[in-house]
Amino acid sequence: MTEIVIQTRDLDKEFRRDGFSITALHRINLEVRRGEFLALMGPSGSGKSTLLHLIAAMDRPTRGEIRVLGQDLRALSDREVARWRNRHIGFVFQTFNLIPVLTAIENVELPLKLTHLSKKERLAHAETALRLVGLADRMHHLPRQLSGGQEQRVAIARAIVTDPDLILADEPTGNLDAASAQEVLTLLAKLNQEFGKTIILVTHDPHAARFAGKTRYLEKGELLPEGQVPD
Amino acid sequence: MAIPLAYNWRNLVVRKATTLMTALGIALTVAVLVAVLALIEGLRRAFEATGNPLHVLVLRKGSDSELVSNFTRAMYQDLKFKPGIARSRTGEPMASLEMVTVINLPRVDSPEGMNVTLRGLLPIGIEMREEVRLVAGRWFEFGKREVVVGKSIAARFPGAELGKQLEFGRGRWTVVGIMDAGRGVANSEIFADLNQLSADYNRAEVLSSALVRAVDSVAAQALINDLSSDRRLNVTALSERDYYERQKISGAPIQYIGTLVALIMAVGSSFAAMNTMYAAVARRAREIGTLRVLGFSRLSILASFLVESVLLSLLGGVLGVLLVLPLDGMTTGIGNFVTFSEIAFDFHLGPSSLISGLLFAVAMGALGGVFPAAVAARKEILTALREY
Repeated sequence: MTEIVIQTRDLDKEFRRDGFSITALHRINLEVRRGEFLALMGPSGSGKSTLLHLIAAMDRPTRGEIRVLGQDLRALSDREVARWRNRHIGFVFQTFNLIPVLTAIENVELPLKLTHLSKKERLAHAETALRLVGLADRMHHLPRQLSGGQEQRVAIARAIVTDPDLILADEPTGNLDAASAQEVLTLLAKLNQEFGKTIILVTHDPHAARFAGKTRYLEKGELLPEGQVPD
Repeated sequence: MAIPLAYNWRNLVVRKATTLMTALGIALTVAVLVAVLALIEGLRRAFEATGNPLHVLVLRKGSDSELVSNFTRAMYQDLKFKPGIARSRTGEPMASLEMVTVINLPRVDSPEGMNVTLRGLLPIGIEMREEVRLVAGRWFEFGKREVVVGKSIAARFPGAELGKQLEFGRGRWTVVGIMDAGRGVANSEIFADLNQLSADYNRAEVLSSALVRAVDSVAAQALINDLSSDRRLNVTALSERDYYERQKISGAPIQYIGTLVALIMAVGSSFAAMNTMYAAVARRAREIGTLRVLGFSRLSILASFLVESVLLSLLGGVLGVLLVLPLDGMTTGIGNFVTFSEIAFDFHLGPSSLISGLLFAVAMGALGGVFPAAVAARKEILTALREY
């Protein structure tokens, strides 16, 4: 049996806005095993991105337990969380979120700045990651000189350059045309199949979800039982 | 490891119009400060360049300047045979009886005139001032109404050019020479024959001071002690260096006002830097969120924006320094509180003025950047990612 890398128990997340409490997630019990490619689906506002943010320790749960890679995330300080995230998580955003003034290779090198690698080693790693996503010829281009699909591939290279245990992708194809989306999804599938990366893909696109090995659905902040599809 | 500097620098380049406007504001502030410092430094150098360490200036007791001192010929006769006084090549004691007064000379930018120091002296007085050399014309002849003017006087007063005549005392005095005292204050003085001058001013017996040269530095100190404690002579003796050193106080009002103006401008410039950095933080909220997701700590974010603000102000500092560079070596003049006359000197932009200007810019950047940087560092990741 493969190792469980994500485990949540009765996980709740509430947001307070203008004095009102809004439940974003309610009693989420989720287990993800190493090497899995899981798609989280659901309509807008169902809580799928919120769950992803809790797994990435970008936010803290209101109640319940969350252990990622054996670490109780609630026990970590702000600084420890930042270091932990850098070491273990690769995050891919819908809007790519590349730093506009840095070139592709500088963007990819960025997370490695927090490691003990030398400049030469950092650049070698960043170059490898960019080759892996098929952008060896665009290393010194600025984000604005790249297409949307290429930008997202740079973002994926940035997410994998530290060789993280988990790749979390939040609607990575949401801003792409069909062809670019296909390229990005193929790349994620390759990272899962050839490199054994554990991937969680948040999407509302059934076509995208088909690239994942397993799909779970969220509805109104609740995780539907495994195998259950919303009506 | 910190967020790369290239990130900050390129962001400044990307918003070049805002960067330039803010940097220019800082540049003007730095320029004011550096100009004041260059002026003070120039004045300091002028006074420090004046005075031979072996020279002792003798004034009437209770006088703190040559202008208000009464020194008689009788006192001079007693003084010049004191032990420890050096002798000239001809064996004459190196003691110069001098008379100092001020005359008013009109200038193009000051038609009502400016006070200028007029010094009457004996041949030995000229011989003792080895730093003073003639650059045009000749020395005045003794017994004639002739003067030699300092090079700053010749340059700043059209009426004091070579060959022209100045009216003071009982008649017209011809400018027969121009002297150069290096950086010394004699550049701002007019030299004339002591006897002719004292006769014109009805001061044949009561003059101003005596300048004596000691054989060595030990003798100079002994001479100061001896003269100061001589109850019969009733004089104050001090090193010529110290006398001019004390006159540096003349630059104090400009220093205070200039620094105050620079500080007031600095408050404005800091706010400009702050405004620019607040806008940068607001515009780059999503980048801040992304950097945090990548693992950069709040402290790294704070440091990065602070560094950017300092870079911005350093750019302003460099511009400010470049703005005032042409001032270096330019001659200006201020009123000397001790002699009640104008002293001309050169602006001096030394390394200390330049470094002070740049440090001042860094301080403005740090002050202006610290609050926006703190705002950036305090942002929650998800809030930052949702901002546009």
